[in-house]
Amino acid sequence: MQEGAVLEMRGICKYFPGVRALQDVDFTLREGEIHALMGENGAGKSTLIKVLTGVHVKDGGEIFLKGTEGPVHIKSPQDAQNAGISTVYQEITLCPNLTVAENMFIGRTKGGFTNWRYINKRAGEILRSLEIPAAPTQQLGSCSIAVQQMVAIARAVDMECKVLILDEPTSSLDEQEVAKLFKLMLDLKAKGVGIIFVTHFLEQVYEVCDRITVLRDGGLVGEYVIEDLPRVQLVAKMLGKELDDLADIKGDQPAYTEEDRGEPVLEAHQLASTAGIKPFDFAIYKGEVNGFTGLLGSGRSECVRAIFGADRTTGGTVRMDGKEVRIRKPLDAMKLGIGYLPEDRKQDGIVGDLSVRENIILALQVMKGFFHPFSRAQAEAFADEYIKLLEIKTASSDTPIKSLSGGNQQKVILARWLLTNPKYLILDEPTRGIDIGTKIEIQKLVLKLAAEGKSVTFISSEIDEMLRTCSRLIVMRDRKVVGELGGSDLAQDKIMQTIAGGESAS
Amino acid sequence: MSSVKTSLKEKKGLKGTLLGLVRQQIFIPIAALLLLVLFNLIVDPSFFAISLSENSAGDPVLSGYLITILDNASELAILAIGMTLVTAASGGQDISVGATIAIAGSVVLRVLCGTNSRPETLQAPIIVAFLVCCVVAMLFGAFNGVLVAYFKIQPMVATLILYTAGRSIAAWINNNELPIISEPSFGYFGNFIPGIPVPTPVFIAIACMVVIALALKFTNLGLYSQSVGINPHSSRLNGIDPAFIKFITYVILGLCVAVAGFIKVSRFSTINYSVVAKDIEMDAILAVALGGNALSGGKFNMGASILGAYVIQFLTTTLFKFNVDSSALPAYKAVVVILLVVLSAPVAREKLSNFWKKLAPAKAAKEAN
Repeated sequence: MQEGAVLEMRGICKYFPGVRALQDVDFTLREGEIHALMGENGAGKSTLIKVLTGVHVKDGGEIFLKGTEGPVHIKSPQDAQNAGISTVYQEITLCPNLTVAENMFIGRTKGGFTNWRYINKRAGEILRSLEIPAAPTQQLGSCSIAVQQMVAIARAVDMECKVLILDEPTSSLDEQEVAKLFKLMLDLKAKGVGIIFVTHFLEQVYEVCDRITVLRDGGLVGEYVIEDLPRVQLVAKMLGKELDDLADIKGDQPAYTEEDRGEPVLEAHQLASTAGIKPFDFAIYKGEVNGFTGLLGSGRSECVRAIFGADRTTGGTVRMDGKEVRIRKPLDAMKLGIGYLPEDRKQDGIVGDLSVRENIILALQVMKGFFHPFSRAQAEAFADEYIKLLEIKTASSDTPIKSLSGGNQQKVILARWLLTNPKYLILDEPTRGIDIGTKIEIQKLVLKLAAEGKSVTFISSEIDEMLRTCSRLIVMRDRKVVGELGGSDLAQDKIMQTIAGGESAS
Repeated sequence: MSSVKTSLKEKKGLKGTLLGLVRQQIFIPIAALLLLVLFNLIVDPSFFAISLSENSAGDPVLSGYLITILDNASELAILAIGMTLVTAASGGQDISVGATIAIAGSVVLRVLCGTNSRPETLQAPIIVAFLVCCVVAMLFGAFNGVLVAYFKIQPMVATLILYTAGRSIAAWINNNELPIISEPSFGYFGNFIPGIPVPTPVFIAIACMVVIALALKFTNLGLYSQSVGINPHSSRLNGIDPAFIKFITYVILGLCVAVAGFIKVSRFSTINYSVVAKDIEMDAILAVALGGNALSGGKFNMGASILGAYVIQFLTTTLFKFNVDSSALPAYKAVVVILLVVLSAPVAREKLSNFWKKLAPAKAAKEAN
């Protein structure tokens, strides 16, 4: 083992039926270092983590841990925990209805008796020492997501871990919460814990990490000290190509003036829904990409859900191509040529156990009707066409969609709506939690659709992305539309101002 | 030398297909069936004897244990169809089917007998009685469906209502009398049609299977019910009405109940409200589980469920043949069922398929020597 290393993985291999998930991957974690594990979806990050935590058993290679002679064998998550490897997952895996202290000690008490007073006291000490703003007897569910995340880390730390794995811990946190989490990570680093940090956010990597290991297509690209690897280089290494692609996408959408944009494709007047948004006006024109922006919870998704009929509307009128229409349920909207890619891919988008093929044809099939199923050959032709068109990485069209990576799942949902050939497509956070390569592909696709004369509403938390794709932005605050920006107003600072509500643009 | 090599290759191909079969969902009911067949073959091959003999009416009919199995499993197989759909779409089971069979049967008798419990002639054509029974059973299915789909009550709790009340409703329909039908043609549906040596329920079951196969092929019933069972939210956003799909599966199960109930009363030309189709709901649920379908809903394999129903009847008949006391029967059945269910659990199957893999190289090495 190398000097100062707490963990060394050498020549790790893992195969799944038909897929080479990991091939000869080396990974070294040193004491007191924060080490980013980077790669696109499907690069093998999760598989490597799962091998390390005993969820998957490796097919080849060796793992060495500090303080243990010879290679260690990790066959179950329990083994990993005993060896001092702790993991905090993206989704919080604690019990929200138990107290903070109970969550920290659950499954770790010996025998049938529990000394509650000791546990609460001990939990209090740990929370204080890590400066986590939570009381031991507080219900975990009443804490913010960030604090819950920290409690999960505190639990891991108290199990005297040498290796702490943080798998996408920041994806559901806001900026301040991320800052708190980073402080905690730096504290732990000072205490000599080795931290593996998996994330999609480049900025965050450069903020806290010491080293980066990059994986691509199941193989190791390399290990780099952070100072030696500028961002552009990192992205290039992850993608395996030079990064002209990013520059390709520029805001060169046609700037619409009031006169030449003609009749709106869809126009809503004082639309309101049961989700509790203030009545709003909305219009989108042929070949236009517009977007809703605003902070999380400002009502962006609720607006598009109201348009699609996903939430019941309580008032207002909708016109399509000048004709008044009533959209009571999603099927009404679909029949009018509207497609909607929902924000929560797992809960609202995919039908997990169904195959990629069935997921692709689902919407079109429903529109075609209950008594007119597509033949197997027809369905297969559709699926194959879109798998090829969108470069969806899947073993076959028969594979259950849940076994695909996040980005590929999202492409399947996109394929589903593209197949219906919609006039107007609503994409709510299509790029969340997916890799940069796919993000760029989706952005390009949106612009291509607009060029073909389709209308697209694009919602994203990343303002850069909105600026690249949208020609008009509707700004929301507190469930209310507070402004509309277009043309020369489309600049980061102007948007920020409108969101914050300083000198409002409206 | 080369011939040895090719034979090895063939072995591998065989092994591959075997492995593939183990992974197939329908493997479990097939394996269970083969096991039962094997057991009977070893203990007493006469189990499989089929003979042509005369029944009490003097007509030549086929008889033998296999015929008994095919005959007696008919109701269960029909119910398994509906139960599979209900399970897939609503992620729960209808435990009231036994009780609603009593209702369906009671309705048939009421229509045929009118107010007289020992009629000389039928008071209505049999087809009318059957149609009325279908409508009533579908209404009761709709009742369950409304509770589950629109009031979002857990299926087991919702159907507990009719499970409890069904048999008294059945008795009430006929004023608590036990009508007996003397018209022989009514018995054709549960026994034999003169001149045809195969029991009629077998044909009815086959007809139901054909209907469901066609329905699954020519409508989106399968896709919709699975989609709703897996993810109702995303199904809704794709234009499917999840509540309606759940509701409709309960109505379909109601139709299956009507057919099964009709066969049941036709078998004896009378009914015993407290005994008819007793515990059949558990066997129907078991058939679905034996077919390797998740009782929590989602993906299903209709063929496997139906096969599961026949496996259960095979088991019951085997136990009867070995003179297991009818009061001890459930206990024996339970033992076998535990085995089958454990075998069909994904954990056990994973182990089994690993074991198979390990076996393969060892055997190959042996043969090479």
